[in-house]
Amino acid sequence: MLEITGLRKVYEGRGRVVEALRGIDLTVERGELVCVVGPSGCGKTTLLKCVAGLLAPTAGQVRLAGRVVDGPPPGMAVVFQEYGRSLFPWLTVSQNVELPLREKRVPGPRRTALVQQALAAVGLADAGSAHPWQLSGGMQQRVAIARAVAYEPQVLLMDEPFAAVDAQTRADLEDLLLGLWHRLGITTMLVTHDIDEAVYLARRVVVLSAAPTVVQEDLHVDLPHDRDQIITRSDPRFAELRAHVYGHIRAAKTDPGRPPAGTMKA
Amino acid sequence: MSRAARLMLGALRVLGLPVLLVAGWWAWSVWRPSFYVPSPQRIAAVFGDVWLTARLGDDVLPSLVRLLAGYVLAALLGVALGTAIGLSGRLRAATEPALEFFRAIPPPVLVPLIMLVAGLDTAMKVLVIASGAIWPVLLNTIEGVRAVDEVLSDTARVYGLRGPARLRRLVLPAASPQIMAGLRQALSIAIILMVIAEMFASTSGIGHTVVLFQRQFQIPEMWSGIVLLGLVGFLLSLAFRALERRVLHWHWHQRETHA
Ligand SMILES: Nc1ncnc2c1ncn2[C@@H]1O[C@H](COP(=O)(O)OP(=O)(O)OP(=O)(O)O)[C@@H](O)[C@H]1O
Ligand SMILES: [Mg+2]
Repeated sequence: MLEITGLRKVYEGRGRVVEALRGIDLTVERGELVCVVGPSGCGKTTLLKCVAGLLAPTAGQVRLAGRVVDGPPPGMAVVFQEYGRSLFPWLTVSQNVELPLREKRVPGPRRTALVQQALAAVGLADAGSAHPWQLSGGMQQRVAIARAVAYEPQVLLMDEPFAAVDAQTRADLEDLLLGLWHRLGITTMLVTHDIDEAVYLARRVVVLSAAPTVVQEDLHVDLPHDRDQIITRSDPRFAELRAHVYGHIRAAKTDPGRPPAGTMKA
Repeated sequence: MSRAARLMLGALRVLGLPVLLVAGWWAWSVWRPSFYVPSPQRIAAVFGDVWLTARLGDDVLPSLVRLLAGYVLAALLGVALGTAIGLSGRLRAATEPALEFFRAIPPPVLVPLIMLVAGLDTAMKVLVIASGAIWPVLLNTIEGVRAVDEVLSDTARVYGLRGPARLRRLVLPAASPQIMAGLRQALSIAIILMVIAEMFASTSGIGHTVVLFQRQFQIPEMWSGIVLLGLVGFLLSLAFRALERRVLHWHWHQRETHA
């Protein structure tokens, strides 16, 4: 479904050249849920933007369903890390969720139903008539998630989507995402700082190294298919996987490209 | 505090200074009577006779029509050109120095030039008004369009906003605070140019009439024209504020909550 080959991205600003990605090779199957983790500033957002067709790669390419991505492909939704800036301040919450559906020419009654379902799913059924700036950061983030959910995408990209919410809401949103993924089989790529979250959500965890950035580890998560916040997180295998990923990230920070010493084999 | 008292206080705050100024003027005119500075009552007495009779249709109306035509022309052209230039980096680089130069020319000096080219009729006055009022609209629109938030712009691209939809639902709303600021500046420039154009070369209009009275030493009548211009400016500014409140309510509230 999604093939990333030899992806390299170099930012060239006034006198400052930053190699954000050295060479990324990664394939995501249709309907797979992949979490990307890596140290801060290693280029996770850059990777996501290249996949979304918002940034042109310096070298290499991204293919979606066999076609080279050179602009945002249809049927793709993105939840941006700067969720606050991704909402239209002159529109209400409902209008924000509805706007992409309008552009997609979804008929009116269906649109209203989708908007309401999506807002209810993120616990904002009553906030539809508010403007984004009247909401807290966590609520704004949930609006951005509702907008992506209502869009019914085939591919969903999320950049730290649960960073600004409290622990309980975060758990609820994680399970909302899993429910959605089970139901619709959306191909999902989710960037996160949180190793526990990555292991809990994903069928695969991709660990990026520090700059110069490559894929450091591509880990299959062999936990039971149905996840549960309490049962899954207290599974001994969960602790092992988590320690394994943690070891890789620590190693990535100190000595990029090398496998970590002293971590158990996953 | 009772409701009545609060209303009184509110009225005092709004009307206090104007009342004080008129009272001061009146006191001055009593203390030092002067042929050139008539008392407020004298001016009020001639006001109705001068402006609310035949001149309403012959002078006031033509002035307002020219003003409006010139202003609307400047607004439409300014926003359209400004959007085009703001969206294209190449166009911006090519036009920016020229625009800065034209903006630096004081608009009144264009009056003699445009008189030569366009003659003395209404079209000339509309052109003078538009040619001066367009600059703040144009430059502010360019700035506003250029400064659309990058994340918002990416969001719009991902969700398929292209072409006219992108313009209508992203670019123009995002730039609207800047565009409105430009339109506000343009309004006062337009009024000034209307008066100047009418003083230079006209057989009708408020500006023309004020100069006529001055030449004929009809001093209270002349003053009533100045008062009328002040009132026109004040009412237009009120109307503009009402428009702003409708278009920009989200912007003001947003600034309040993030202040
Ligand atoms: N527009 C840009 N121009 C120049 N350099 C950039 C730009 N965007 C990102 N970078 C640089 O590229 C590198 C990777 O940035 P990126 O935002 O992709 O990291 P990240 O992994 O998402 O970080 P975080 O975890 O903090 O969100 C950083 O060194 C950053 O300074
Ligand atoms: Mg990031």
